[in-house]
Amino acid sequence: MESNSYVLKFTLVMTVIAALILSGMFYATKPTADKNEAVFTKRAILSAVESQLGKDLASLSDDEVLQVFDQQMEQVTLNMKGEAVEGIQAEKVDMAKEKKKPEAERVLPLFIYKGQDGKKYYILSVRGSGLWDEIWGNIALAEDLNTVVGASFDHKGETPGLGGEIKDNPGWKAQFKDKHLFDASGKFTSINVRKGGAVDKEREVDSISGATITSVGVSEMLLRGIGYYLPYFEKLRAQGGATGMQTESE
Amino acid sequence: MADTATSTAPAQEKEPFFGKKERRLLTDPLNDNNPITVQILGVCSALAVTTMVYPSVVMAIAVTFVTAFSNLTTSAVRNFIPKEVRMIVQLVIIAVLVTVVELTLKAFNYQIWKQLSVFIGLIITNCIVMGRLEAFAMANKPWRSFLDGIGNGLGYSGILIILGVIREIFGRGTLFAGSPLEIDIIGAGEKFMINTTAPGSWFSWYSNNGLMVLPASALLIIGVIIWIQRSSNKKLVDIS
Repeated sequence: MESNSYVLKFTLVMTVIAALILSGMFYATKPTADKNEAVFTKRAILSAVESQLGKDLASLSDDEVLQVFDQQMEQVTLNMKGEAVEGIQAEKVDMAKEKKKPEAERVLPLFIYKGQDGKKYYILSVRGSGLWDEIWGNIALAEDLNTVVGASFDHKGETPGLGGEIKDNPGWKAQFKDKHLFDASGKFTSINVRKGGAVDKEREVDSISGATITSVGVSEMLLRGIGYYLPYFEKLRAQGGATGMQTESE
Repeated sequence: MADTATSTAPAQEKEPFFGKKERRLLTDPLNDNNPITVQILGVCSALAVTTMVYPSVVMAIAVTFVTAFSNLTTSAVRNFIPKEVRMIVQLVIIAVLVTVVELTLKAFNYQIWKQLSVFIGLIITNCIVMGRLEAFAMANKPWRSFLDGIGNGLGYSGILIILGVIREIFGRGTLFAGSPLEIDIIGAGEKFMINTTAPGSWFSWYSNNGLMVLPASALLIIGVIIWIQRSSNKKLVDIS
């Protein structure tokens, strides 16, 4: 039986040693860990415009990813009225936290990628719910703000091989290319993930067999998440900043 | 040995640096006393992280590191640990080591850290680690405790890697996916060695087994491994 004071001293010394080791480790690894995290999120955003990068995203080194982001990516943070918000960098917007706020108070990250051809691509971030946990993604739009050029998705806990296919299956993601968000009359329709296969080839993609709830979740996430950006699109069109969907048929 | 040290000398003389006993510490957990298949410890993480080989290997290394060094540390301070708080002390030692592993992975292999996500942190609750501290390190010298930790880590690793190989081949048709050693064995596409969609392919009937990517399959495979082990290892026959 040890005395109480011995127990106290022992735990005190042990706690101090543990705290020193861990805080030392934490600060030693923080710069690399932060860089890794930044590269990871930036890769996810760039993968939506991978078709416009000119090369494979996987072949880009970490430094190249950061460089592309610095030089070719314009970052805008929007509020729910579609106005640009000063003081918050789009890459610092934490979608998971935003999702917990009341809708009117959220901010939205928008990334504008300037391609080699001088065209602008708008990358929107969306977040929703899958079967087990949250799912999220990035959708890249062409200058007309209507044609999708690419999409990338990720998830927290979807079943690998079923719902996890939204991330792992490149063929499924590829379906989003060249789909349209608006119908011929200019009404926002989003992109529907249809069970049993896309019927409207312009605005629908096939769902994943065995992952109905995840697929429905993706549909819902796109409808709501892209919908948040609509006020901004309208402002942009009013300014003539975007060429508008009417020119798409030219 | 000198006559002056009669009280402790006989015990020390019989303890070679790496003798038969020490070797048994390493080899016992591989088969006769395997933490997963015989002690049935650490099954949770064995089900969760073994969908692919590469994360399994990283997880195996992480757990081996933690068992070995927590055993070593605990054993080194075992005579100073107050009995009343020994579980908490063990837990702090394990938690420090696990956090070291987590920070290291986050800095040097972010992808795999993302993939293993919460399971690195959950090594703290892995029964193998705490079990070895209580059953072995608290009563043995540091060097032997260290070997015991390595042995148990390897026993865990062995099962993890077997599970990972089986589940990845049949669940995804690949091996070591995500690492530089990636081998694409069978599947639909040009990159696989056996392309099931190639015209005239003998394997056009083949498709990946969806069950294999689910945790339930790992439990079935562990069951089969236990079955094979019990029927081939005479030492285990009458344990129950």
